[in-house]
Amino acid sequence: MAHISIVDLTHIYSMGTPFEKKALDHISLEIPQGQMVGLIGHTGSGKSSLVQHLNALIQPTSGQILLDGNDINASKITRRDVKFQVGLVFQYPEYQLFEETVYKDISFGPQNMQLSASEIDERVREAAGFTGVGEDLFDKSPLELSGGQKRRIAIAGVLAMRPSVLILDEPTAGLDPEGSRRILSNVTAYRQATGSTVIIVSHNMDDMASLADRIIVLSHGTVAMDGTPEQIFSDPEKIQSLSLDVPQSTRIALALKKLGVDLRQPVFTHEGLLSAILNYRGGVTC
Amino acid sequence: MEIIRFDNVHFKYPGSEKETLRGISLSVEEGTFVAVLGRNGSGKSSLAKHMNAILLPSSGRVTVCGMDTADEDRILDIRRNVGMVFQNPDNQIVANVVEDDVAFAPENLGVPSDQIRRRVDDALTLVDMFNFKTHAPHLLSGGQKQRVAIAGVLAMRPKIIVLDEPTAMLDPQGRRDVISTVTALCRENGMTVILITHHMDECVNADRVIVMADGSVVKDGTPQSVFSDVDTMEKHGLSAPETVKILYDLNRSGYSFSLTTLDVQTCAEKIAEALGK
Repeated sequence: MAHISIVDLTHIYSMGTPFEKKALDHISLEIPQGQMVGLIGHTGSGKSSLVQHLNALIQPTSGQILLDGNDINASKITRRDVKFQVGLVFQYPEYQLFEETVYKDISFGPQNMQLSASEIDERVREAAGFTGVGEDLFDKSPLELSGGQKRRIAIAGVLAMRPSVLILDEPTAGLDPEGSRRILSNVTAYRQATGSTVIIVSHNMDDMASLADRIIVLSHGTVAMDGTPEQIFSDPEKIQSLSLDVPQSTRIALALKKLGVDLRQPVFTHEGLLSAILNYRGGVTC
Repeated sequence: MEIIRFDNVHFKYPGSEKETLRGISLSVEEGTFVAVLGRNGSGKSSLAKHMNAILLPSSGRVTVCGMDTADEDRILDIRRNVGMVFQNPDNQIVANVVEDDVAFAPENLGVPSDQIRRRVDDALTLVDMFNFKTHAPHLLSGGQKQRVAIAGVLAMRPKIIVLDEPTAMLDPQGRRDVISTVTALCRENGMTVILITHHMDECVNADRVIVMADGSVVKDGTPQSVFSDVDTMEKHGLSAPETVKILYDLNRSGYSFSLTTLDVQTCAEKIAEALGK
Protein backbone atom coordinates (compact mmCIF):
# COMPACT_ATOMS: atom_id res chain seq x y z
CA MET A 1 0.00 0.00 0.00
CA ALA A 2 1.25 3.43 -0.88
CA HIS A 3 2.04 5.78 1.98
CA ILE A 4 0.31 8.67 0.23
CA SER A 5 -2.24 8.27 -2.54
CA ILE A 6 -3.48 11.25 -4.47
CA VAL A 7 -6.62 10.19 -6.26
CA ASP A 8 -7.94 12.24 -9.18
CA LEU A 9 -7.29 15.52 -7.35
CA THR A 10 -8.66 18.76 -8.76
CA HIS A 11 -8.51 22.13 -7.06
CA ILE A 12 -10.21 25.25 -8.34
CA TYR A 13 -9.60 28.58 -6.60
CA SER A 14 -12.39 31.19 -6.39
CA MET A 15 -14.88 28.88 -8.07
CA GLY A 16 -17.86 30.65 -9.58
CA THR A 17 -16.18 34.07 -9.63
CA PRO A 18 -14.48 35.89 -12.55
CA PHE A 19 -11.14 34.95 -10.89
CA GLU A 20 -11.83 31.20 -11.09
CA LYS A 21 -8.56 29.36 -11.63
CA LYS A 22 -7.93 25.64 -11.93
CA ALA A 23 -4.71 25.07 -9.97
CA LEU A 24 -4.71 21.26 -10.05
CA ASP A 25 -6.31 19.26 -12.83
CA HIS A 26 -7.12 15.57 -12.18
CA ILE A 27 -3.82 14.60 -10.54
CA SER A 28 -3.25 10.99 -9.47
CA LEU A 29 -0.01 9.91 -7.77
CA GLU A 30 1.12 7.11 -5.46
CA ILE A 31 4.06 7.78 -3.16
CA PRO A 32 5.55 4.79 -1.30
CA GLN A 33 6.82 4.91 2.30
CA GLY A 34 10.33 6.34 2.61
CA GLN A 35 10.62 7.76 -0.89
CA MET A 36 12.47 11.06 -1.42
CA VAL A 37 10.46 12.97 -4.00
CA GLY A 38 11.58 16.13 -5.79
CA LEU A 39 8.60 18.20 -6.94
CA ILE A 40 9.54 20.70 -9.64
CA GLY A 41 7.69 22.93 -12.07
CA HIS A 42 7.40 26.51 -13.29
CA THR A 43 5.96 29.28 -11.09
CA GLY A 44 2.21 28.76 -10.89
CA SER A 45 2.43 25.10 -11.98
CA GLY A 46 0.56 23.98 -8.85
CA LYS A 47 3.42 22.70 -6.65
CA SER A 48 2.45 24.65 -3.54
CA SER A 49 -1.26 23.94 -4.03
CA LEU A 50 -0.51 20.23 -4.27
CA VAL A 51 1.59 20.03 -1.11
CA GLN A 52 -0.91 22.11 0.86
CA HIS A 53 -3.47 19.39 0.15
CA LEU A 54 -1.28 16.73 1.71
CA ASN A 55 -1.82 17.95 5.26
CA ALA A 56 -5.38 19.14 4.69
CA LEU A 57 -4.44 22.81 4.77
CA ILE A 58 -6.66 23.14 1.74
CA GLN A 59 -9.34 20.68 0.64
CA PRO A 60 -9.83 19.15 -2.79
CA THR A 61 -12.53 20.57 -5.06
CA SER A 62 -12.83 16.96 -6.15
CA GLY A 63 -10.76 13.82 -5.55
CA GLN A 64 -9.14 12.40 -2.43
CA ILE A 65 -5.91 12.31 -0.46
CA LEU A 66 -5.25 9.02 1.32
CA LEU A 67 -2.61 8.60 4.01
CA ASP A 68 -1.97 4.90 4.74
CA GLY A 69 -5.23 4.21 2.93
CA ASN A 70 -7.37 6.59 4.99
CA ASP A 71 -9.04 9.71 3.60
CA ILE A 72 -7.41 12.62 5.45
CA ASN A 73 -10.51 14.76 4.86
CA ALA A 74 -12.94 12.18 6.26
CA SER A 75 -13.76 14.29 9.33
CA LYS A 76 -12.70 17.30 11.37
CA ILE A 77 -10.68 14.94 13.57
CA THR A 78 -8.74 13.35 10.70
CA ARG A 79 -8.06 16.79 9.26
CA ARG A 80 -6.55 17.82 12.59
CA ASP A 81 -4.57 14.62 13.14
CA VAL A 82 -3.00 14.69 9.70
CA LYS A 83 -1.25 17.95 10.61
CA PHE A 84 0.90 16.04 13.11
CA GLN A 85 1.64 13.19 10.71
CA VAL A 86 2.42 15.32 7.68
CA GLY A 87 4.83 18.11 8.56
CA LEU A 88 4.82 21.00 6.14
CA VAL A 89 7.68 23.52 6.10
CA PHE A 90 6.59 26.60 4.17
CA GLN A 91 8.67 28.90 2.00
CA TYR A 92 10.71 31.29 4.14
CA PRO A 93 9.56 29.58 7.37
CA GLU A 94 11.80 31.84 9.45
CA TYR A 95 9.18 34.58 9.10
CA GLN A 96 6.85 32.43 11.17
CA LEU A 97 9.03 32.18 14.26
CA PHE A 98 7.21 34.00 17.00
CA GLU A 99 8.11 32.65 20.44
CA GLU A 100 10.41 34.38 22.93
CA THR A 101 12.99 31.62 22.89
CA VAL A 102 14.29 29.04 20.47
CA TYR A 103 13.25 26.23 22.83
CA LYS A 104 9.65 27.46 23.05
CA ASP A 105 9.44 27.85 19.30
CA ILE A 106 10.61 24.31 18.59
CA SER A 107 8.25 22.92 21.27
CA PHE A 108 5.15 24.64 19.88
CA GLY A 109 4.09 21.67 17.72
CA PRO A 110 4.53 18.94 20.37
CA GLN A 111 2.75 21.21 22.92
CA ASN A 112 -0.28 21.20 20.62
CA MET A 113 -0.10 17.41 20.48
CA GLN A 114 -0.70 17.45 24.26
CA LEU A 115 2.32 15.32 25.06
CA SER A 116 3.87 15.09 28.52
CA ALA A 117 6.54 17.63 29.50
CA SER A 118 9.30 15.02 29.39
CA GLU A 119 8.18 13.74 25.98
CA ILE A 120 8.13 17.31 24.66
CA ASP A 121 11.60 17.94 26.02
CA GLU A 122 12.95 14.78 24.40
CA ARG A 123 11.47 15.72 21.05
CA VAL A 124 12.79 19.28 21.15
CA ARG A 125 16.32 18.02 21.82
CA GLU A 126 16.04 15.37 19.12
CA ALA A 127 14.77 17.87 16.51
CA ALA A 128 17.49 20.36 17.46
CA GLY A 129 20.02 17.56 17.00
CA PHE A 130 18.78 16.77 13.49
CA THR A 131 19.04 20.40 12.42
CA GLY A 132 22.33 21.22 14.12
CA VAL A 133 20.77 23.78 16.48
CA GLY A 134 23.06 23.85 19.53
CA GLU A 135 21.43 23.64 22.98
CA ASP A 136 23.33 26.84 23.87
CA LEU A 137 20.84 28.63 21.60
CA PHE A 138 17.75 27.33 23.43
CA ASP A 139 17.32 30.41 25.65
CA LYS A 140 18.05 32.94 22.91
CA SER A 141 15.43 34.89 21.05
CA PRO A 142 15.06 33.46 17.53
CA LEU A 143 15.09 37.03 16.23
CA GLU A 144 18.75 37.46 17.23
CA LEU A 145 19.97 34.64 15.00
CA SER A 146 21.16 34.51 11.40
CA GLY A 147 18.87 33.64 8.47
CA GLY A 148 20.25 30.12 8.08
CA GLN A 149 19.93 29.42 11.82
CA LYS A 150 16.37 30.74 11.91
CA ARG A 151 15.38 28.51 9.05
CA ARG A 152 16.86 25.44 10.76
CA ILE A 153 14.92 26.30 13.94
CA ALA A 154 11.71 26.57 11.93
CA ILE A 155 12.39 23.15 10.41
CA ALA A 156 13.19 21.74 13.87
CA GLY A 157 9.75 22.93 14.99
CA VAL A 158 8.19 20.67 12.36
CA LEU A 159 10.53 17.71 12.99
CA ALA A 160 9.64 17.86 16.70
CA MET A 161 6.21 16.50 15.76
CA ARG A 162 8.02 13.44 14.29
CA PRO A 163 6.01 13.55 11.07
CA SER A 164 6.00 10.39 8.95
CA VAL A 165 5.80 12.62 5.90
CA LEU A 166 8.04 15.68 5.73
CA ILE A 167 7.29 18.27 3.07
CA LEU A 168 9.54 21.26 2.44
CA ASP A 169 8.52 24.05 0.06
CA GLU A 170 11.71 25.57 -1.38
CA PRO A 171 13.77 24.99 1.76
CA THR A 172 16.97 26.54 0.38
CA ALA A 173 15.62 29.68 -1.36
CA GLY A 174 17.76 32.69 -0.43
CA LEU A 175 20.42 30.66 1.40
CA ASP A 176 24.09 30.59 0.43
CA PRO A 177 25.52 27.33 -1.00
CA GLU A 178 26.89 26.21 2.36
CA GLY A 179 23.61 26.98 4.19
CA SER A 180 21.71 25.10 1.48
CA ARG A 181 23.94 22.04 1.83
CA ARG A 182 23.42 22.02 5.60
CA ILE A 183 19.63 22.13 5.34
CA LEU A 184 19.55 19.35 2.76
CA SER A 185 21.86 17.15 4.80
CA ASN A 186 19.66 17.77 7.89
CA VAL A 187 16.68 16.53 5.91
CA THR A 188 18.60 13.49 4.67
CA ALA A 189 19.63 12.67 8.25
CA TYR A 190 16.03 12.85 9.46
CA ARG A 191 14.86 10.61 6.66
CA GLN A 192 17.60 8.04 7.27
CA ALA A 193 16.92 7.93 11.00
CA THR A 194 13.13 7.71 10.76
CA GLY A 195 12.37 6.19 7.35
CA SER A 196 9.98 9.07 6.68
CA THR A 197 8.66 9.97 3.29
CA VAL A 198 10.10 13.30 2.13
CA ILE A 199 8.80 15.67 -0.54
CA ILE A 200 10.93 18.67 -1.50
CA VAL A 201 9.61 21.45 -3.73
CA SER A 202 12.55 23.10 -5.45
CA HIS A 203 13.74 25.19 -8.38
CA ASN A 204 17.26 23.85 -7.96
CA MET A 205 17.74 21.12 -10.53
CA ASP A 206 21.24 20.26 -9.32
CA ASP A 207 20.00 19.59 -5.78
CA MET A 208 17.07 17.50 -6.96
CA ALA A 209 19.24 15.48 -9.34
CA SER A 210 21.58 14.42 -6.55
CA LEU A 211 19.02 13.94 -3.74
CA ALA A 212 15.74 12.65 -5.09
CA ASP A 213 14.74 9.03 -5.75
CA ARG A 214 12.02 10.30 -7.98
CA ILE A 215 11.19 13.62 -9.65
CA ILE A 216 7.67 14.75 -10.42
CA VAL A 217 7.31 17.64 -12.85
CA LEU A 218 4.13 19.69 -12.69
CA SER A 219 2.99 21.98 -15.46
CA HIS A 220 -0.25 23.97 -15.48
CA GLY A 221 -1.75 21.81 -12.76
CA THR A 222 -1.02 18.45 -14.34
CA VAL A 223 1.79 15.89 -14.02
CA ALA A 224 4.01 16.52 -17.05
CA MET A 225 6.80 14.05 -16.17
CA ASP A 226 7.36 11.46 -13.45
CA GLY A 227 10.47 9.33 -13.11
CA THR A 228 13.99 8.92 -11.74
CA PRO A 229 16.38 11.88 -12.13
CA GLU A 230 18.05 9.83 -14.85
CA GLN A 231 14.81 9.52 -16.81
CA ILE A 232 13.77 13.13 -16.29
CA PHE A 233 17.05 14.79 -17.22
CA SER A 234 17.68 12.60 -20.25
CA ASP A 235 15.12 14.71 -22.11
CA PRO A 236 16.58 18.24 -21.91
CA GLU A 237 14.36 19.69 -24.63
CA LYS A 238 11.22 18.66 -22.83
CA ILE A 239 12.55 19.97 -19.50
CA GLN A 240 13.36 23.36 -21.04
CA SER A 241 9.97 23.55 -22.74
CA LEU A 242 8.48 23.26 -19.22
CA SER A 243 10.41 26.44 -18.16
CA LEU A 244 12.91 24.31 -16.23
CA ASP A 245 16.48 23.32 -16.83
CA VAL A 246 18.80 20.33 -16.63
CA PRO A 247 21.63 20.25 -14.06
CA GLN A 248 24.86 21.95 -15.12
CA SER A 249 26.69 18.62 -15.24
CA THR A 250 24.11 17.31 -17.73
CA ARG A 251 24.66 20.37 -19.93
CA ILE A 252 28.40 19.67 -20.03
CA ALA A 253 27.78 15.99 -20.86
CA LEU A 254 25.42 16.98 -23.70
CA ALA A 255 27.98 19.43 -25.11
CA LEU A 256 30.60 16.69 -24.95
CA LYS A 257 28.35 14.35 -26.86
CA LYS A 258 27.97 16.91 -29.66
CA LEU A 259 31.77 17.05 -29.83
CA GLY A 260 31.96 13.29 -30.32
CA VAL A 261 32.62 12.29 -26.70
CA ASP A 262 29.78 9.94 -25.78
CA LEU A 263 30.05 9.21 -22.07
CA ARG A 264 27.70 6.25 -22.64
CA GLN A 265 25.73 6.84 -19.45
CA PRO A 266 23.23 9.41 -18.24
CA VAL A 267 24.93 12.20 -16.28
CA PHE A 268 23.08 14.45 -13.86
CA THR A 269 25.44 15.03 -10.92
CA HIS A 270 28.96 16.40 -10.50
CA GLU A 271 30.23 13.04 -9.22
CA GLY A 272 28.60 11.21 -12.15
CA LEU A 273 30.20 13.53 -14.68
CA LEU A 274 33.60 13.23 -13.04
CA SER A 275 33.62 9.45 -12.96
CA ALA A 276 32.20 9.17 -16.50
CA ILE A 277 35.02 11.35 -17.85
CA LEU A 278 37.69 9.47 -15.88
CA ASN A 279 36.32 6.11 -17.04
CA TYR A 280 36.11 7.35 -20.61
CA ARG A 281 39.85 7.92 -20.63
CA GLY A 282 40.34 4.51 -19.06
CA GLY A 283 38.24 2.95 -21.82
CA VAL A 284 40.31 4.54 -24.54
CA THR A 285 43.80 3.86 -23.25
CA CYS A 286 43.24 0.26 -22.24
CA MET B 1 34.35 57.24 -15.21
CA GLU B 2 33.87 56.37 -11.56
CA ILE B 3 30.20 56.25 -10.54
CA ILE B 4 30.25 54.65 -7.07
CA ARG B 5 32.97 55.10 -4.50
CA PHE B 6 33.34 53.67 -0.97
CA ASP B 7 36.07 55.21 1.20
CA ASN B 8 36.90 53.14 4.27
CA VAL B 9 33.21 52.55 5.08
CA HIS B 10 32.37 51.08 8.46
CA PHE B 11 28.80 50.30 9.45
CA LYS B 12 27.18 49.02 12.59
CA TYR B 13 23.42 48.53 13.08
CA PRO B 14 22.12 50.47 16.10
CA GLY B 15 22.33 48.34 19.24
CA SER B 16 24.62 45.79 17.59
CA GLU B 17 28.10 45.25 18.92
CA LYS B 18 29.49 43.80 15.74
CA GLU B 19 30.37 45.81 12.67
CA THR B 20 28.43 44.72 9.57
CA LEU B 21 30.84 46.50 7.22
CA ARG B 22 34.45 46.71 8.30
CA GLY B 23 36.37 49.26 6.30
CA ILE B 24 35.16 48.85 2.72
CA SER B 25 36.96 50.80 0.02
CA LEU B 26 36.01 50.28 -3.59
CA SER B 27 35.35 52.08 -6.82
CA VAL B 28 32.89 51.09 -9.57
CA GLU B 29 33.25 52.37 -13.13
CA GLU B 30 30.15 53.58 -14.95
CA GLY B 31 28.61 50.96 -17.25
CA THR B 32 30.07 47.90 -15.57
CA PHE B 33 28.22 44.78 -14.45
CA VAL B 34 29.36 43.92 -10.92
CA ALA B 35 28.23 40.76 -9.12
CA VAL B 36 28.48 40.59 -5.33
CA LEU B 37 28.76 37.19 -3.65
CA GLY B 38 29.11 36.10 -0.06
CA ARG B 39 27.46 33.85 2.49
CA ASN B 40 24.35 34.97 4.40
CA GLY B 41 25.33 37.66 6.88
CA SER B 42 28.53 38.62 5.06
CA GLY B 43 27.34 42.21 4.55
CA LYS B 44 26.26 42.05 0.88
CA SER B 45 22.83 43.57 1.38
CA SER B 46 24.16 46.22 3.77
CA LEU B 47 26.70 47.15 1.11
CA ALA B 48 23.92 47.49 -1.47
CA LYS B 49 21.77 49.59 0.85
CA HIS B 50 24.63 52.08 1.21
CA MET B 51 24.47 52.72 -2.53
CA ASN B 52 21.17 54.59 -2.41
CA ALA B 53 21.33 55.98 1.12
CA ILE B 54 18.92 53.51 2.72
CA LEU B 55 21.84 53.04 5.10
CA LEU B 56 24.50 55.63 5.90
CA PRO B 57 28.06 54.79 6.97
CA SER B 58 28.89 54.88 10.69
CA SER B 59 32.26 56.21 9.51
CA GLY B 60 33.82 56.69 6.10
CA ARG B 61 32.09 57.99 3.01
CA VAL B 62 29.99 56.70 0.10
CA THR B 63 29.85 58.80 -3.08
CA VAL B 64 27.36 58.02 -5.85
CA CYS B 65 27.40 59.98 -9.14
CA GLY B 66 29.63 62.46 -7.33
CA MET B 67 27.15 62.98 -4.46
CA ASP B 68 27.90 62.14 -0.83
CA THR B 69 25.07 59.85 0.37
CA ALA B 70 25.20 61.53 3.79
CA ASP B 71 24.19 64.86 2.22
CA GLU B 72 20.48 65.09 3.07
CA ASP B 73 19.83 67.73 0.41
CA ARG B 74 20.87 65.30 -2.32
CA ILE B 75 18.95 62.25 -1.14
CA LEU B 76 16.22 62.49 -3.80
CA ASP B 77 18.82 62.91 -6.53
CA ILE B 78 20.67 59.88 -5.25
CA ARG B 79 17.58 57.68 -5.12
CA ARG B 80 16.55 58.82 -8.61
CA ASN B 81 19.93 57.71 -9.91
CA VAL B 82 20.15 54.42 -8.02
CA GLY B 83 17.19 52.08 -8.48
CA MET B 84 16.84 49.05 -6.23
CA VAL B 85 15.13 45.73 -6.94
CA PHE B 86 14.55 43.24 -4.13
CA GLN B 87 13.99 39.50 -3.75
CA ASN B 88 10.24 39.26 -3.60
CA PRO B 89 8.40 40.75 -6.60
CA ASP B 90 5.09 40.67 -4.73
CA ASN B 91 6.39 43.21 -2.21
CA GLN B 92 7.40 45.65 -4.91
CA ILE B 93 4.30 45.88 -7.04
CA VAL B 94 1.74 48.45 -5.94
CA ALA B 95 -0.79 48.89 -8.76
CA ASN B 96 -3.49 46.70 -10.33
CA VAL B 97 -2.35 47.23 -13.91
CA VAL B 98 1.22 46.69 -15.14
CA GLU B 99 1.62 50.13 -16.77
CA ASP B 100 0.23 51.94 -13.73
CA ASP B 101 2.75 50.16 -11.59
CA VAL B 102 5.63 51.22 -13.82
CA ALA B 103 4.31 54.81 -13.83
CA PHE B 104 4.30 54.99 -10.04
CA ALA B 105 7.85 56.29 -9.56
CA PRO B 106 7.90 58.91 -12.35
CA GLU B 107 4.48 60.17 -11.15
CA ASN B 108 5.92 60.63 -7.68
CA LEU B 109 8.93 62.39 -9.13
CA GLY B 110 6.58 64.93 -10.78
CA VAL B 111 7.46 63.98 -14.36
CA PRO B 112 5.00 65.63 -16.87
CA SER B 113 2.36 63.15 -18.02
CA ASP B 114 3.32 63.00 -21.73
CA GLN B 115 6.85 62.06 -20.68
CA ILE B 116 5.53 59.47 -18.24
CA ARG B 117 3.78 57.71 -21.12
CA ARG B 118 7.04 57.51 -23.04
CA ARG B 119 9.09 56.43 -20.03
CA VAL B 120 6.65 53.65 -19.16
CA ASP B 121 6.59 52.34 -22.74
CA ASP B 122 10.37 52.50 -22.99
CA ALA B 123 10.88 50.74 -19.66
CA LEU B 124 8.43 47.94 -20.51
CA THR B 125 10.08 47.49 -23.90
CA LEU B 126 13.51 47.20 -22.29
CA VAL B 127 12.38 44.32 -20.07
CA ASP B 128 10.35 42.76 -22.90
CA MET B 129 7.01 43.18 -21.12
CA PHE B 130 5.41 45.80 -23.42
CA ASN B 131 2.71 43.36 -24.57
CA PHE B 132 1.63 42.88 -20.97
CA LYS B 133 1.15 46.57 -20.19
CA THR B 134 -2.59 46.32 -19.56
CA HIS B 135 -2.37 43.01 -17.67
CA ALA B 136 -2.93 42.55 -13.94
CA PRO B 137 0.45 42.01 -12.23
CA HIS B 138 -0.82 39.35 -9.82
CA LEU B 139 -1.64 37.04 -12.73
CA LEU B 140 1.92 37.14 -14.13
CA SER B 141 4.60 34.53 -13.43
CA GLY B 142 7.34 35.29 -10.89
CA GLY B 143 9.90 36.14 -13.58
CA GLN B 144 7.43 38.41 -15.36
CA LYS B 145 6.57 40.20 -12.11
CA GLN B 146 10.23 40.71 -11.35
CA ARG B 147 10.75 42.21 -14.81
CA VAL B 148 7.82 44.58 -14.15
CA ALA B 149 9.53 45.57 -10.89
CA ILE B 150 12.72 46.26 -12.86
CA ALA B 151 10.71 48.34 -15.36
CA GLY B 152 9.30 50.34 -12.45
CA VAL B 153 12.85 51.21 -11.46
CA LEU B 154 13.93 51.93 -15.05
CA ALA B 155 11.09 54.44 -15.48
CA MET B 156 13.00 56.71 -13.07
CA ARG B 157 15.82 56.62 -15.66
CA PRO B 158 18.47 55.73 -13.06
CA LYS B 159 22.14 55.44 -13.97
CA ILE B 160 22.63 52.53 -11.58
CA ILE B 161 20.43 49.53 -10.84
CA VAL B 162 21.09 47.48 -7.71
CA LEU B 163 19.43 44.05 -7.53
CA ASP B 164 19.42 42.18 -4.21
CA GLU B 165 18.90 38.47 -4.98
CA PRO B 166 16.30 39.20 -7.68
CA THR B 167 16.01 35.55 -8.74
CA ALA B 168 15.82 33.78 -5.36
CA MET B 169 12.11 33.07 -5.76
CA LEU B 170 12.03 32.37 -9.49
CA ASP B 171 11.91 29.20 -11.56
CA PRO B 172 14.79 28.48 -13.99
CA GLN B 173 13.06 30.20 -16.92
CA GLY B 174 12.29 33.27 -14.80
CA ARG B 175 15.93 33.39 -13.69
CA ARG B 176 17.20 33.19 -17.25
CA ASP B 177 14.87 36.01 -18.34
CA VAL B 178 15.79 38.33 -15.46
CA ILE B 179 19.54 37.77 -15.85
CA SER B 180 19.46 38.30 -19.61
CA THR B 181 17.40 41.47 -19.05
CA VAL B 182 19.91 42.99 -16.62
CA THR B 183 22.85 41.91 -18.78
CA ALA B 184 21.28 43.72 -21.75
CA LEU B 185 20.65 46.84 -19.67
CA CYS B 186 24.37 47.00 -19.02
CA ARG B 187 25.68 45.95 -22.44
CA GLU B 188 23.18 47.77 -24.66
CA ASN B 189 22.14 50.73 -22.52
CA GLY B 190 25.33 51.43 -20.62
CA MET B 191 23.71 51.10 -17.19
CA THR B 192 25.78 50.24 -14.17
CA VAL B 193 24.45 46.97 -12.71
CA ILE B 194 25.14 45.71 -9.19
CA LEU B 195 23.80 42.15 -8.80
CA ILE B 196 23.77 40.46 -5.41
CA THR B 197 23.26 36.73 -5.73
CA HIS B 198 23.90 33.24 -4.39
CA HIS B 199 23.79 31.69 -7.85
CA MET B 200 27.33 31.44 -9.14
CA ASP B 201 26.19 30.82 -12.70
CA GLU B 202 24.48 34.25 -12.77
CA CYS B 203 27.87 35.93 -12.33
CA VAL B 204 29.46 34.34 -15.36
CA ASN B 205 28.73 37.31 -17.64
CA ALA B 206 29.67 39.98 -15.10
CA ASP B 207 32.66 42.25 -15.69
CA ARG B 208 33.67 41.94 -12.10
CA VAL B 209 32.88 39.73 -9.10
CA ILE B 210 33.27 40.97 -5.53
CA VAL B 211 33.26 38.40 -2.73
CA MET B 212 32.32 39.59 0.76
CA ALA B 213 33.09 37.76 3.99
CA ASP B 214 32.47 39.00 7.48
CA GLY B 215 31.99 42.63 6.43
CA SER B 216 35.08 42.85 4.24
CA VAL B 217 35.89 42.39 0.56
CA VAL B 218 37.98 39.22 0.32
CA LYS B 219 38.10 38.79 -3.47
CA ASP B 220 37.63 41.26 -6.29
CA GLY B 221 38.33 40.56 -9.94
CA THR B 222 37.04 39.10 -13.18
CA PRO B 223 34.73 36.06 -12.85
CA GLN B 224 37.54 33.94 -14.31
CA SER B 225 40.07 35.02 -11.70
CA VAL B 226 37.62 34.77 -8.77
CA PHE B 227 36.06 31.39 -9.59
CA SER B 228 39.35 29.74 -10.50
CA ASP B 229 40.32 30.13 -6.84
CA VAL B 230 38.14 27.18 -5.84
CA ASP B 231 39.66 26.80 -2.36
CA THR B 232 38.96 30.41 -1.35
CA MET B 233 35.42 30.17 -2.69
CA GLU B 234 34.74 27.06 -0.60
CA LYS B 235 36.33 28.63 2.46
CA HIS B 236 33.77 31.43 2.26
CA GLY B 237 30.78 29.11 1.93
CA LEU B 238 30.50 29.60 -1.83
CA SER B 239 31.06 27.28 -4.72
CA ALA B 240 32.39 27.68 -8.23
CA PRO B 241 30.19 26.97 -11.27
CA GLU B 242 30.14 23.32 -12.41
CA THR B 243 32.38 24.18 -15.41
CA VAL B 244 35.18 25.16 -13.02
CA LYS B 245 34.50 22.44 -10.43
CA ILE B 246 34.70 19.62 -12.97
CA LEU B 247 38.01 20.89 -14.40
CA TYR B 248 39.32 21.37 -10.85
CA ASP B 249 38.49 17.79 -9.88
CA LEU B 250 39.86 16.43 -13.17
CA ASN B 251 43.11 18.26 -12.38
CA ARG B 252 43.28 16.34 -9.10
CA SER B 253 43.21 13.18 -11.19
CA GLY B 254 46.17 14.24 -13.25
CA TYR B 255 44.87 16.64 -15.87
CA SER B 256 46.13 20.19 -16.09
CA PHE B 257 43.30 22.44 -17.21
CA SER B 258 43.34 26.16 -16.59
CA LEU B 259 40.34 26.99 -14.40
CA THR B 260 39.19 30.09 -16.22
CA THR B 261 36.42 28.40 -18.19
CA LEU B 262 32.94 29.61 -17.38
CA ASP B 263 30.81 28.61 -20.32
CA VAL B 264 29.64 25.06 -20.96
CA GLN B 265 30.74 24.92 -24.59
CA THR B 266 34.37 25.92 -23.92
CA CYS B 267 34.50 23.57 -20.95
CA ALA B 268 33.31 20.66 -23.10
CA GLU B 269 35.78 21.56 -25.87
CA LYS B 270 38.69 21.51 -23.42
CA ILE B 271 37.66 18.13 -22.02
CA ALA B 272 37.08 16.68 -25.50
CA GLU B 273 40.51 17.87 -26.58
CA ALA B 274 42.17 16.30 -23.55
CA LEU B 275 40.35 13.04 -24.27
CA GLY B 276 41.84 13.07 -27.77
CA LYS B 277 38.72 14.04 -29.69
